Amino acid sequence: MSADAEGDAEAGNDLPSPLDTLWGQDATKLGLLVVGIVALYVIAGTMLDYGVRQQLNSIGLLLFYIAVFAMLALALNLHWGYTGLFNIGIAGFMAVGIYTTAVLSKPAALSEPAAGSVGGFGLPLWVGIIGGVIAASVFGALVALPALRLRADYFAIVTVGLSEIVRFVLLESSFQKGQIAGYFVGLGGGSGLILDFDPTDQLLTVFGLTEPYADFVDGLGATLGIGSNPKPVFDSLLYALLLLVFLLCFYVLLRRTGNSPFGRVLKAIREDEEATKSLGKDTNMFKIKAFMIGAGLMGLGGILFYAEQGAITPNTFRPRITFFVWIALILGGAGSNTGSVMGGAIFAAFLFRGPLFLKNVIEDIFEIDAVNTFGQAIGPLLSSADPLPLLAYTVDNLAQLQLVIMGTVLIYLMHNRPEGLLGHRKEPATSIPLTRPDRSTETTTQAMSDGGPDRVTGGEDDE
Amino acid sequence: MGISEQYDRGRDFLVADPIRAAIIIMGVVLLFDLVRQLAVGQTQISEFGVLLKDGLMRGLFFGLAGIGLSMTYSILNFANFSHGDLITNGAFSGMVVTYIIAGGFGREADIGSLALVGADGSVFGAQLGIGVASTPLAVFAGVVVAGISTVILALFIDRVVYKPIRDRSGITLLITSIGVAFVLRYLIQFIFGPSRRGVTDSGAIPSVAVPAVDGTVTVDLHEVTLLVVSAGLMLGLHFLLQRTRLGKAMRAMADNEDLARITGIPTERVVTFTWVIGAALTGVAGFMFVLWNGTLYWFQGWILLLPIFAAVILGGIGSVYGAILGGLVVGLTWSLAIVWIPSGLARAAAFLLMIVVLLVRPEGIFAGRSTA
Repeated sequence: MSADAEGDAEAGNDLPSPLDTLWGQDATKLGLLVVGIVALYVIAGTMLDYGVRQQLNSIGLLLFYIAVFAMLALALNLHWGYTGLFNIGIAGFMAVGIYTTAVLSKPAALSEPAAGSVGGFGLPLWVGIIGGVIAASVFGALVALPALRLRADYFAIVTVGLSEIVRFVLLESSFQKGQIAGYFVGLGGGSGLILDFDPTDQLLTVFGLTEPYADFVDGLGATLGIGSNPKPVFDSLLYALLLLVFLLCFYVLLRRTGNSPFGRVLKAIREDEEATKSLGKDTNMFKIKAFMIGAGLMGLGGILFYAEQGAITPNTFRPRITFFVWIALILGGAGSNTGSVMGGAIFAAFLFRGPLFLKNVIEDIFEIDAVNTFGQAIGPLLSSADPLPLLAYTVDNLAQLQLVIMGTVLIYLMHNRPEGLLGHRKEPATSIPLTRPDRSTETTTQAMSDGGPDRVTGGEDDE
Repeated sequence: MGISEQYDRGRDFLVADPIRAAIIIMGVVLLFDLVRQLAVGQTQISEFGVLLKDGLMRGLFFGLAGIGLSMTYSILNFANFSHGDLITNGAFSGMVVTYIIAGGFGREADIGSLALVGADGSVFGAQLGIGVASTPLAVFAGVVVAGISTVILALFIDRVVYKPIRDRSGITLLITSIGVAFVLRYLIQFIFGPSRRGVTDSGAIPSVAVPAVDGTVTVDLHEVTLLVVSAGLMLGLHFLLQRTRLGKAMRAMADNEDLARITGIPTERVVTFTWVIGAALTGVAGFMFVLWNGTLYWFQGWILLLPIFAAVILGGIGSVYGAILGGLVVGLTWSLAIVWIPSGLARAAAFLLMIVVLLVRPEGIFAGRSTA
């Protein structure tokens, strides 16, 4: 990373070439990162003799996860990276978001629905999404109002406790179904809710593109040789692209927030709340606002994560998913929006999707006939020094071991690079750098004028 | 003192501290409702007795497991999110030994299946007749191994993971401990498999029916064992902390680490003993819980971690007696909440209690008396 920053500084001395200017943009780097990751997956897919359909599916899924984890990491960055609020209840906000959307937008059931199914209020999907975001941010306010005066570690325990309370409430059979103002609605209990709306279809209908899209998909499907029914493949790709657009909006919004006077106060709170207070800022108000915005964005992240999945169950929202987002943020570097997106992308590609992809690759290359238990796997190793069954078992269980890998990565990061990949770019609360510049003043001003304060610290902090 | 004076005082309290006043009023209302329910017969007294007993058992476990968490929290200054998985480790490692001994070292079932606590349903606890009365030696060995293995694991983790970053902030250590929790939990699942197994022969546990007013409350031997073991360990710890030099050093360090170091207390050694004692209690607690509960699975400890946090916070971090008391409060809340709310929300009630205590009295019930 330091090399990039140095490149910027040097470019500042001569006249920057257009290529350098382009490279100087964070968005370009992020775009290249995503393209690089996709290329890597395509190459691996080609080596596996994936058909076009499989390739497209794999890319769609990859982009989807990159987008959702990057979005959630950005939202968390507003809480932790900017304001210093240790929120480990992300799953709860996501659940509030998508469940509200589901209840608002599921087709209305005015007569008693069949056993095991629940209706909704039948509102348009966009109303449901807005409702979900509002509900998540109101829930955020409810959490923040009392909890803000707590120490960071207590705050963490309160947030994770509340996210579990949300899950228990969603699981509770008393709220499974009921009748409100004639509508048969409910939270579905342990069996969850079926999301009988299709965001991509609805979006196409709104723009009147359903027919052209169908024709286009059929045509393209035939050209690429995808086979029958190409629509689901393109739907998932379309949805992933839609999420990337949302991600861009998140990024722009949070970047602007971070550089605004509001964002500066947040950063000041993170650095020293007492000092900020003494400057006459009502820090509690700022914290509540920041928490509500972040919680709303997490709600939106939850909605976008699950809206296209067809169904949701409460147990999806275990604290595990919260920690996934945390690993993504720490990987990228708390305090930097670019880092958050980068962390989200790297987490999704290498820690979340990677091991499963690797499993497919290995299983495709070698004929693996794994045993069922660890005992059967380790037995041959002990009795006849035959490691193959253990290796096969390991590959077969990569889905679980993936979390061991994540844990190890987290420990490694906290030991060796707690600031993450781009954490050295953590934006200071001041609009001018407080540290003594170690390069010529000219360079500093140049970097300031084209990249904002984060670039300056980036130049100084070499590993 | 006149009635009006009393009234004034009440009003002042209400104005000065509305949250606490509301909580007290709610508590009184719930208590009255309980009396009403018992009087009307909506809840039978024997039913209530069973809930009370369950809550007490659960509370003892929370307290025992909470002591370790509370000690590391106050002496090492971080909330250890991998504590729950130390519990799971204790339960699994103890059960491995219990299974092997109860299975006659491979005579009654395949030794591999025994060593994996019947992964994939190959052996069941009931098949081996595991219980305090039927296989006392196996259970005893299990308790001992549960404690020892957890100590070894905790010391190993401390050496490799926490020691190099001991001088960092509590938040850094907290995040690291989440990583440790992931590694432990999924390694346990990797080795022992994802199945949920019954580990005791629940039919063969001797029990007595204690008559209550309108029925009986059954108390079985495993419950008595849990009670005796936890009470014994808690008492032992009490003497350790109060009477020995080590205990004094620990209390000193929990109070003020710098001052303790100046006085010449070997802090690194105290840290080691903190892990030893905390982990031993945690491992034993995990094993006893599984013995009482009869089921064992890989994310059990994680599920139990939050209520244990609740217990520790409730009692006041660093206070051993607080952890015990907090454990009992959380356990009883969890069990008794069913009287008023649907059973699915009982756990939620325990968490809510913790949040309320954090808001009203963040220093805990045993405030200002850390480790004493």
